[in-house]
Order: sequence, then C-alpha cells, then structure tokens
Amino acid sequence: MKRIVEWLPALAVFVLVVGLWEGLVRALHVQQFLLPKPSTIVSVFWSDRHTLWPAGWYTFKEALGGFAIGSGLGILAATIVGRFRTLGTALMPIFIAANAVPIIAFAPIFGAWFNPISPRSKMAVAGVLCFLPVMVNTLRGLNSAKPRQIELMRSYAASELEIWRRVRVPTALPFLFTALKVASVLAMIGAIVGEYFGGSLNALGVLINNAADVFQFPLAWAGILVASLLGIALYGAVVAAERVVVRWAPDTRDA
Amino acid sequence: MSVVEIKGVTKTFAQGNITALENIELELQPGEFVSLIGPSGCGKSTLLRVVGDLTPPTHGTVTVNGKPAHQARKDGDYGIVFQDSVLFDWRTVAKNIALPLEMLGWDRERRRTRVEEMLDLVELRSFADHHPWQLSGGMQQRVSIARALSFEPALLLMDEPFGALDEMTRERLNLELLSIWEKLGSTVVFVTHSISEAVFLSTRVVVMSPRPGRIAGVVEIDLPNPRTAETRYTPRFFELVTKVRELLRSRGEHLLPEEEELLEADR
Ligand SMILES: Nc1ncnc2c1ncn2[C@@H]1O[C@H](COP(=O)(O)OP(=O)(O)O)[C@@H](O)[C@H]1O
Ligand SMILES: [Mg+2]
Repeated sequence: MKRIVEWLPALAVFVLVVGLWEGLVRALHVQQFLLPKPSTIVSVFWSDRHTLWPAGWYTFKEALGGFAIGSGLGILAATIVGRFRTLGTALMPIFIAANAVPIIAFAPIFGAWFNPISPRSKMAVAGVLCFLPVMVNTLRGLNSAKPRQIELMRSYAASELEIWRRVRVPTALPFLFTALKVASVLAMIGAIVGEYFGGSLNALGVLINNAADVFQFPLAWAGILVASLLGIALYGAVVAAERVVVRWAPDTRDA
Repeated sequence: MSVVEIKGVTKTFAQGNITALENIELELQPGEFVSLIGPSGCGKSTLLRVVGDLTPPTHGTVTVNGKPAHQARKDGDYGIVFQDSVLFDWRTVAKNIALPLEMLGWDRERRRTRVEEMLDLVELRSFADHHPWQLSGGMQQRVSIARALSFEPALLLMDEPFGALDEMTRERLNLELLSIWEKLGSTVVFVTHSISEAVFLSTRVVVMSPRPGRIAGVVEIDLPNPRTAETRYTPRFFELVTKVRELLRSRGEHLLPEEEELLEADR
C-alpha cells in the first residue's frame, strides 16, 4: 500500500506530461514528422504489433546476450585482477582510461568483424559497453573491504579464500549491482545503436531507422516506445534481483 | 603458566622510520585484566596487534598460552575487539556473533545454543535478527564483545573498545564488561585513552610513553572486587588515578599539547 502511495507523485507527473504533449501537439498543429501525438504513437504501437513486438524481442535478446556476456566477463576479470594485486595496479589505470572511451564509436567496426546482419555483432557492442563499468565497479567493491574486517578474519585464522568469500564478495555486491543497473541501460543502447549501422530486417533498430528514412515517424516513435519499455523492464529486473540479493543494505531501497 | 609473555619486543616501521615499540617486556597471568594506557601514537595498538600475530615484531618473541603467537592465532586462542565494532552489515546480530563459530566449524545446533547464551550475556536477545545499522553504537560494541567471547578464548584483546562511546554508555559497559570478565575468568588486555577507565577496570595498568613506545611504569590496582559504580568515589581510586597520571606526566615531556589535554580532560 505504501509503495503505491510513494509512486503516486511520479505517476501524476507522467500523466501530466503526456497530457500536455497531446494537448500542445493538437492545439499548435505540430507536424507529425516533428512530434507525433502520444495517442498516435500508442495506436501504431498496437496496430503494428505484429512487426514491432517481435522486432523488440529480437533486439532485446541481443541486448540480454550482450549484457550477460559483458557483465559475466567483467565480473570474471575483476575477480582475477582482484586476486592478484600487482596485476590490478598495472591494469587498473588502463581500464579506467578505457572506461572513458566512447565505445559506441566502435559499433561500425564490430559490424565488419562479425557478420553485420547477425545478432552477434550487436551482442558484441552491448557486451563491450557492459564490460568496463561492471569490471571497474566490481573490482572497486572487492577492494573496499575495511582493513579492520580483514584483520578480524585473520584473527580467526581465515584463509585468503575464506576472507574472499565471507568479506570481499558481500562487500562488492552493492557495487556490482550499481554497475549492473548502468550496464542494463547500456546494453539496450548498444544493441539498438549497433542496429542503426545495419542488421537483420526484423530488428528494432533497423525498423526505427528505416521508418524514419521513409517519414513513417509514428512508427519510429512506436519503435522507440518498445525500446523504452524493454529497457525499463531489463533495468527493473536488475533492481528486483538486487532487492533479493542485497537484502541487508539500508540504502539500496531507493534505487 | 602465563597467558601472554612478551620478551624484548621491538617493532619498527620502515615507512617513516618509526620505532613504534622498543624492548617491551610484559607477562600476563591467567585471569588478569591489564590495561595499556598512553598518549596516542605510543604503540598501544601495535603492541596488541603483535600479541595477536596480526603484525610480526621486528625483534623479540611473543608467547600466548605457551605457544608462539602465530600458532595461538591459528588455534583461535584469542578474541579481539576494535574501537569501531567491525560488524558485517550483511549479517544479522546473531550471525555476526556466530561468525567465529562458523570459522571453527561448529555445527548449526551448537552455534545456535551458544549465540543465544551470548545474546543473553550482552542483553541483546530481542535484537538477534536486527542488522548492525539498526543498533546504537553501544549495542554494536556489545555485539562485537559477544562475538569475541563466543568461542571462549583464553585471551581477550580490546583496542579502545569504548573510545567512540559517550561517557554514560561507556561507564555502563565498563560494569558489564567487568561482570562478564568475572563470570568467564578470561585474561584481558585492554587498550584505553582514559585513566579512570583503566584504573576502574584493571588488575594492573601498564603506562606507555611515546617515541619510541616503551613501558614507562606499571601500577598494581588493589581496589576491592567486585567493583561498583561507587568504586569511582573511593579515596583509593583517586590515589591510583593520580599515580597513573603522574607516571604519564613524568614521561610526558614528549606529549603534544592536544595529547596532554586529552589526558587532562579525563580528570
Ligand atoms: N602500518 C603502519 N605503518 C607505519 N607506521 C605505523 C603503522 N601502524 C602504526 N604506525 C606508527 O606507529 C606508532 C604507534 O602507532 P599505534 O600503535 O597505532 O599507537 P596507539 O595505538 O598508541 O595510538 C605511530 O607513530 C604510528 O604512526
Ligand atoms: Mg590505537
């Protein structure tokens, strides 16, 4: 019950913005290619559901694949680098620098490396986008255990492995989930932008791109709506997983 | 057999070329409650960590329960309590107390019984399923003490355990700690900044002086047991406090003004 009450203000703002959008477009006779009415977008979202929704699902699978591979490798790399401190000090500056590189700029290159039509090139873009934030944040988390906590474990004659399992990993989990939330968004961006540079005809990015090319702006907008809903769903799934895994933290509830 | 035997311990830190401890000699008999007192930086924490084999001495040897300190640590011969309670946020109060028992491989049933005993001992039974951040500082420190005592170590090492607490909580926990100590008969090494706390709790107060860290003197505390809140008002208590203060002063020519103040504030 409390949850619903908490959501009310956001819902009110959302309804207000959409209502205002609808009203202004109607009142000012805004051209459709500039900005279609929300009602038009929703009706296309429904009427073209047989092409839009499968396209969304196709792209979602690419994003999900990239998210899983990129995040998985990020966690793995953080684990390996975290285990060997010297490796970490050598690689960390490089990773942080790499994290600032606009990876999305590589999207056309991935098209050349993999078959541009295959979903694998999009998964690669999404995966590379996910890898660095997950890796950097997880590593930071693994190294965030307090020296006193480690010392306490050593007073119990704990092995490195036990310190890892009982202290470093739990400490890293909130960091990991922060990164996974970012990665979930990046994965959708990676997949769709990857498709803007070419891809299967039943992919959402291709559909949006083609619709815009032939001035079918309501269809393009409906495609964006599908992408948004799927992006929110993926993000929401990560938040839900976080709630289950990081039950203890008092300050993760507001995510 | 003495519980702790510190022989000629010197500890230097290459970093900053600091002699944190110089030629420390100290022996603790079973059941003793020994406080280490001195201005900050005189090596109290370092001495405690050397005894706990958390850092090796540069020279000298430490024996705990007749064994080298390293072996004693491997055998779980001591429990340690730090100034900040060092609880794990992802564990409930009960699970925090059970941690050393898990490490020692106790089975679930045995752990549960012991944790309940410990919760009763520190009067936190109704908080068993709370997480650390839901507790006050004093309660957190009681959890930390319960955890250190849970596996009945022969030796309890405490590094300014009540330093972060307000005066009233601190005095209450002092009384609680004494009653626990009397009940369990363990040997305690207790680091503190506070002269009155050291005198009130201890059977012996070891006064340390800084740069390099040395033992400036030892004061036997012959106050009657059990100690109560009234003990603090007895003339003997004042005499002993004065004695410790004078020892601190006589070696205090190296004290920084703010350290002098800290010790003064304790009067
Ligand atoms: N890990 C360390 N590296 C270098 N110097 C240290 C380290 N630990 C403690 N010291 C130094 O050793 C001295 C004693 O420190 P410490 O034992 O913490 O004092 P106390 O607990 O009495 O305040 C201080 O001068 C401190 O700066
Ligand atoms: Mg200290």
